[in-house]
Amino acid sequence: MTDSSNHKVAKPANLRRRILAGGAAGLTIAGAPFVSRMAFAQTGPIKIGFPTPLTGAFSAEAQDQVRAAELAVKEFNAGGGFNGRKCELLVRDDKLNPGEAATRTLELIEKDKVDLIVGSLSAATQLSINAVCKARKVLFNSISQSDAINEAKDWSFYTFHEALTPHVTAGAVARYAFPKFGKKVVYLTADYAYGHEMVRGFQRAGQAFGMQTLADIRHPLGTSDFSSFLPRIQALKPDVLVLCNFGRDLVNAAKQVTDFGLKQNMKVIAPVLLYTSRQAGGADAFEGILGGTSYYWGLEDRIPTAKIFNDKFRKAYAGAAPSDYGALGYAGIRSVLQAITEARSTTATAVANVMRKMRYDFYKGSQSYRLCDHQSVQSVIIVESKSKAMKDKYDVFNVLSIEAPDENNLRTCDELGHKVLS
Amino acid sequence: MAEITLQLLMLQLLTGLALGAVYALLAIGLSLIFGMLTVVNFAHGAFFMVGAFLGVYFLTVTGSFWFSLVLTPTAVGAIGLLCERFLVRPLYGRGIDYPLLLTFGLSYVMVEAMRVIFGIDGVPTSTPSELRGVVNVGFGMFPLYRLFLIAATAVIVLALWLFIEKTRYGLIIRAGSRDNEIVRVLGIDISKIWLLVFGLGTAIAGLSGLLAAPTRAVNPEMGIPVLAESFVVTVVGGMGSLVGAVVAGLLVGVVFSMTSLFAPEYAELSIFVLMAVVLLVRPQGLFGKAGLMG
Repeated sequence: MTDSSNHKVAKPANLRRRILAGGAAGLTIAGAPFVSRMAFAQTGPIKIGFPTPLTGAFSAEAQDQVRAAELAVKEFNAGGGFNGRKCELLVRDDKLNPGEAATRTLELIEKDKVDLIVGSLSAATQLSINAVCKARKVLFNSISQSDAINEAKDWSFYTFHEALTPHVTAGAVARYAFPKFGKKVVYLTADYAYGHEMVRGFQRAGQAFGMQTLADIRHPLGTSDFSSFLPRIQALKPDVLVLCNFGRDLVNAAKQVTDFGLKQNMKVIAPVLLYTSRQAGGADAFEGILGGTSYYWGLEDRIPTAKIFNDKFRKAYAGAAPSDYGALGYAGIRSVLQAITEARSTTATAVANVMRKMRYDFYKGSQSYRLCDHQSVQSVIIVESKSKAMKDKYDVFNVLSIEAPDENNLRTCDELGHKVLS
Repeated sequence: MAEITLQLLMLQLLTGLALGAVYALLAIGLSLIFGMLTVVNFAHGAFFMVGAFLGVYFLTVTGSFWFSLVLTPTAVGAIGLLCERFLVRPLYGRGIDYPLLLTFGLSYVMVEAMRVIFGIDGVPTSTPSELRGVVNVGFGMFPLYRLFLIAATAVIVLALWLFIEKTRYGLIIRAGSRDNEIVRVLGIDISKIWLLVFGLGTAIAGLSGLLAAPTRAVNPEMGIPVLAESFVVTVVGGMGSLVGAVVAGLLVGVVFSMTSLFAPEYAELSIFVLMAVVLLVRPQGLFGKAGLMG
């Protein structure tokens, strides 16, 4: 059965190849200008697959990732590409579903023949994308927070992690906030990998300050009403309430926490204080909420590359400021494209070998990948949402502090289970 | 685990009632349409979502929450009227799954339309300034707006009850839900009544969208979980029963709220467990048998 059907497929393919060959010969004879185009067609564009949740609770963040990624691609193509090869971005909607993410990634690799994968926006989907890439030895640069992706059991030589990890982000926020605001903490946590990892990050860093967890209240991903969790939080009388959720969950939680007057009695912290959530939730809901972020456009007054990146983004998108996750889309694409150019190759091993050694500063100051797990070592910015003295609608945070890139803030290679490549 | 005090339980109960108020309103609209037209309106969540978007829009344009409170149900009800007249009406007499599939498709169209008009990020909302802040309810602090939600629901339910019990149209609606053949024989144009009821049901859905808007993020997908929840309420209360919708709405809100206090992980599951138990013990729902006004 299999044999005969293979033959059936093979025949038309051969036929087509013959026609193509004939056509190519004809073109070569017809004129020189076509020769270079044929050479171009043989290698084709560099294809980057970009799975991300365009629909669902994180759609606002995902859209900005795509916008910034397209900016990086345009920039690369305007600079002539690599060996005349332009880059093509293939964006796919993974619907925030790990199964869907795996299917889309598989399609990108098998059907669309992408050279590598950049993307994802969830601690859960990036693991399923990584699993598919790992099995097929395709390079994957993840631009979403996760701790598990660095661990030896999930990691492969082709896995890179451009985004921060919950361990580092929560750690930085904890080191900043706990000495200032008190020791008694309640967590309101989205019940999936991201939320759990954030809580763990806080608790690890909080040990040094004698932090005390009063409760870790878990809610399902995609909760629209948090009101029924709030009287208990009020009754527990914590010093700090930590919102370990993301996207629309964070918007709703911030809004309802404000409505219930919780901010009067406790400091509210979001480990990842999203620019997009703040924009969607409005100034009142986020007023005074403190958190960490991988990027805020307001860095431009102290970091030259941030200014350059912001200006490019503003020019391309009608004056809009790039978001934190958007900036990660930009950096994720630029890293791999720069590595391709330096490696003079698109094979996964060659690109990975260059990326391992790269020191880069695309938008937020110096970064590099740690050798054992390919985690991008980078700064964490501590910001606070403001509701007064805003210059324009993009001016939403005050930068309170910047924690400089430091390998010591990451979990050790040993702890992650890496032995060989350190 | 925190100490469970009476104050905390009371506050939790009140939170549940405020939550239940929105459930009840949604279920009333759904139940009204089902009880009268035997149309299972799968676009109910979408009408809720459109109500939230239009509510915020009218609020921005007129600058007044109260104007929006009048304009929103009118506009959503008008959309409902058009849908009944041109989409649902041709399907009467063809079996219950025809309008079900139609409204299911309609919900997708409405979600997509809002994505096109307002973008997929949704629109920011804030509590109307008159209703902002927290008040002391005797056993703790509670947001004023959520108290308003409970009061507004009570007013709407009362108005609806008066309309159905005390007016000529209400009489026809009640009669029509019992036996529309007889009503027709008596010389009443039943299709006009059905049009009115569909418009009324969707207007209430739109109104609940507007009322819910200040408490949560307004985005095109916000109606999807709401549809599931309002079906749970309708099934618990009994399909077609208005009293059932109100009682079950509040009950579901309180069950959800109390489960959140003791086992937050199971809060979402709890309302489906409630539905399963009710279906096992009383398959027609709590007030299912007694007819439209129970």
